[in-house]
Amino acid sequence: MMDLLLASIFQQNLALSFFLGVCTFLAVSERFDTAVGLGLALIVVQTITVPLNNLFLNGLLIEGAWGWAGLPEVDLTFLDLIAFIGVIAAMVQILEMTLDRFAPLLYRALGIYLPLITVNCAVLGGSLFMAERQYSFTESVTYGFGGGVGWALAIISFAAIRERLKYSDIPAGLQGLGAAFLVTGLMSLGFSAFAGVTP
Amino acid sequence: MASLLRTLTGPIIANNPVTLQILGVCSALAVTTSLVTALTMSVALTVVLCLSTGIISLISKHIPPVIRLIVQIIIIASLVIVIDGLLRAFAFEISRQLSIFVGLIVTNCLVLGRAEAFAMRNPPLPSILDGLGNGLGYSAVLIIVGTIRELLGAGTLLGVTILTPASEGGWFEPLNLMQLAPSAFFIIGFLIWSIRARWSDQIEPPKYALKTRRDAR
Repeated sequence: MMDLLLASIFQQNLALSFFLGVCTFLAVSERFDTAVGLGLALIVVQTITVPLNNLFLNGLLIEGAWGWAGLPEVDLTFLDLIAFIGVIAAMVQILEMTLDRFAPLLYRALGIYLPLITVNCAVLGGSLFMAERQYSFTESVTYGFGGGVGWALAIISFAAIRERLKYSDIPAGLQGLGAAFLVTGLMSLGFSAFAGVTP
Repeated sequence: MASLLRTLTGPIIANNPVTLQILGVCSALAVTTSLVTALTMSVALTVVLCLSTGIISLISKHIPPVIRLIVQIIIIASLVIVIDGLLRAFAFEISRQLSIFVGLIVTNCLVLGRAEAFAMRNPPLPSILDGLGNGLGYSAVLIIVGTIRELLGAGTLLGVTILTPASEGGWFEPLNLMQLAPSAFFIIGFLIWSIRARWSDQIEPPKYALKTRRDAR
């Protein structure tokens, strides 16, 4: 279990080794504090949706899931994409309403980043990896949390580097997006050095 | 007619989705370890993009604005499921290499971005052309990156040996880094640099310009 947690945070980092959520990663890392907000929101959403999708997959979609209703050969796994994205969209909506009601401070801090998370491929990617690798329920909780933490770690450190980058003298053509890609590449090299880490 | 043509050719270099609009970057990086997967992904994405922009622009007047995102995602997801099924049926090996990334076309910001930004307020024909143009721009980046990574990483192109590796009696030493994640970031970074060196209007102005000694005086 510890293995899976460390692997999902470091050597299988969703953003830096599977390129998931890179669009948001590049677009919303201009400022440090917004990156922290988005990172936290992603940890929360990922920890909830991956296990929830795991329940949906094993309870409704896989072959034999409808055995109790006398339909043992029904196999709905081809619907996993629509089911996952539906669960994620609904979950984000519910989370938004709950936070607004019970934790308005946190809600205001996260602001527009919560709805944006629905179309972040790191969230859907986490659920799809969970399905592809056939994780159990407890594994999926760990994987969801670890994946979220890994992504948050990556975007927060990237935003910190970018804040410093603003004051450096970069060649004109590399200004902005080009430099961002090169920095991400270097970070990805750095994270791949965690490959040997074991508890 | 001229404006239609511009909708089609604009996104190929001048307004490229990957190198300028930061759309669809995730999959562009992930599927380019070999040229075959890059080509398959390009075709899959271009087909989904054309069909979804077409369909969405056809029914855009009937979609209530409040639920438009959900409607768009459902349309895109249905198309992706069809493409995924087709790939599994006719090109199973490639579909296994692409792993989850075909499914991730659903949340590819390029598809949703074009649907939201262009197809919702334009008639079907320009929307389809816009989809096709953006698909081609995306494909161009994927093919360039895929070629570089496969050629330098394994010495092959489309599985055919071009540079014979040293282990088989040739002179070429495969660069294993090219097959790993960081190289994709570097190649796209340098690609952006070279495009902006040629088309200098794409250069982003520095947000916090350094003051030179001449300015200070």
